[in-house]
Amino acid sequence: MPETAVTALWYRRLVLALLLAPALLWLFALIILPHLDLALLSFRERVAPRQYVVSLAQYRTFFGEPLYWHVFVRTALLSALATALTLLVAFPIAWIIAKLARGRMSALLFVVCLIPFWVSETVRTLGWMILLRESGVLPALLVHLGITRQPVELLYHDATILVGLVYTSLLFMVVPLVGSLESLDNALIEAAYDLGGKGWSILREIVIPHAAPGITAGCIVVFMLTLGNYLTPTLLGGKNSQWFTEQIYTQFITRFNWEQGAAFGFLLLALSTAMVWLGLKISGQRFSDVMRRA
Amino acid sequence: MIPTLPRPAWLRAATVLYVAAFLTFLFLPLAVVAVFAFNDAPYPAPPWHGFTLDWFLGNDAAGRVGLFRDDELLGSIWTSCVVAAWVTGLSVALGTANAFLMERARFPGKGALSMLMLIPLVIPGVILGISILAFASRLAELCGDLFGIEADFLRPGLPLVVLGQFSYIAAIATLTISARLKRFDRTLEDAALNLGASAPAVLWTITLPYLRPALIGSAAIAFLMSFENFNTTLMLVGGDSPLTIMMYGRMREGATPVLNAVSLFLMLASAAIALTLVRGGRRAES
Repeated sequence: MPETAVTALWYRRLVLALLLAPALLWLFALIILPHLDLALLSFRERVAPRQYVVSLAQYRTFFGEPLYWHVFVRTALLSALATALTLLVAFPIAWIIAKLARGRMSALLFVVCLIPFWVSETVRTLGWMILLRESGVLPALLVHLGITRQPVELLYHDATILVGLVYTSLLFMVVPLVGSLESLDNALIEAAYDLGGKGWSILREIVIPHAAPGITAGCIVVFMLTLGNYLTPTLLGGKNSQWFTEQIYTQFITRFNWEQGAAFGFLLLALSTAMVWLGLKISGQRFSDVMRRA
Repeated sequence: MIPTLPRPAWLRAATVLYVAAFLTFLFLPLAVVAVFAFNDAPYPAPPWHGFTLDWFLGNDAAGRVGLFRDDELLGSIWTSCVVAAWVTGLSVALGTANAFLMERARFPGKGALSMLMLIPLVIPGVILGISILAFASRLAELCGDLFGIEADFLRPGLPLVVLGQFSYIAAIATLTISARLKRFDRTLEDAALNLGASAPAVLWTITLPYLRPALIGSAAIAFLMSFENFNTTLMLVGGDSPLTIMMYGRMREGATPVLNAVSLFLMLASAAIALTLVRGGRRAES
């Protein structure tokens, strides 16, 4: 009998090792070691061919060169603005799906909202370019309606970038919002109304506190994706986009200055992580719960 | 507010208007892409010059290369499919293994590992791309210095694209498959074991069939996410461009409606995948 127990123990250990190996290989070879390597890369400076010293030169360049940190701050601010706008646009539709529409109608509206996001971001951006460029659909419509005399260029503005970013982010806001609003008991709203609450105060004191987990989850994901977006800012913003991911690309691929690009990458990662952490702190949520919700 | 409370007429009207405006906003870009795939003009822009299939079939007289004759574009679709197939296979396999690891096994450091598995989802795709690029070329240099081997697969190219996409899509597959395995009633396995089935037989005839919807669902999502990935791919791509990279390049140059044609195909393909997923999900619930 002890012999079989020992075999069973060994068998269990073997299974555990077999299951653990691929997971560890994945996390170490593709996530942890590459990021440690990237950190090392960002802290070195080339002094002669194949000669490197440890230094903060890459980070000094970033803070010393206004262009770089301006683009960084700009990217952060526009991402925050895009996140806020996405929340404003998504909240009413999430409310309608979760509370106003009933049964099949609600399910249908939800699916319809998801459809565009099954299509590649490239295709959606192509659509916006056809709509907004000077020879495009909306400028032609504006001339036709007599609002402008000449077709105006609607691409390459900050507002264009924001429209594109809000558009690509909507899904990631609507889904967690609908989830958190559906769990809100209607009786609470009715009770608040009977006690004399007005629309605004009900929203502030009942709805938003209840939906806070969903709001945080949506905002964290949207901010992160916006910050790391490359396609939408570069195509809709053109040369004026000045998005930080573009700087990373330029350093890495065009200039082949990997040390500088690695430092930029780390700064972006630091900002992204800081915002995720801050969002969790403010709302007092756990990281794993938020990720499962999103 | 909610239906049981009185709503003034203006609020009802505003709700309807809002939904209409929202849906227009959602579908307008897709609609123009589809419509201008059929416009008889060299650029995807108004005015409407009449209906044509040139951008699909090609027209030698007008010097138009249609989608079906555009070897570069067709090649990039194939490249995307190959990459997506690899990523899907690897992600679902790892996701399944991870699900069993996290739901069944007990070992020290499990909490930390489950945290770690979510990390790839909060790293921007561009940074996943550059870190893997830098690490792989360091390994390639090391191989060259130590053994004198040219490790070409560690240089920018499709193998790296597959690894880069896999690095975070695997995390999504893990979440999807774990969620279903968590809801599994383990007494079913105990019953089978009591009736004399071997452990592999239980896995094959009881547990895996139960997981099937999650496996199919995560495979479809993995394929789609890989096919549409841009950020990570951009940093790791070599000579053969997948479709998104190819389209991006052409969009910067000012593209012909061939891109609209290929986009229309992508929309139909995504719709087909979405539909099978929704149907599959419904069947799994019933």
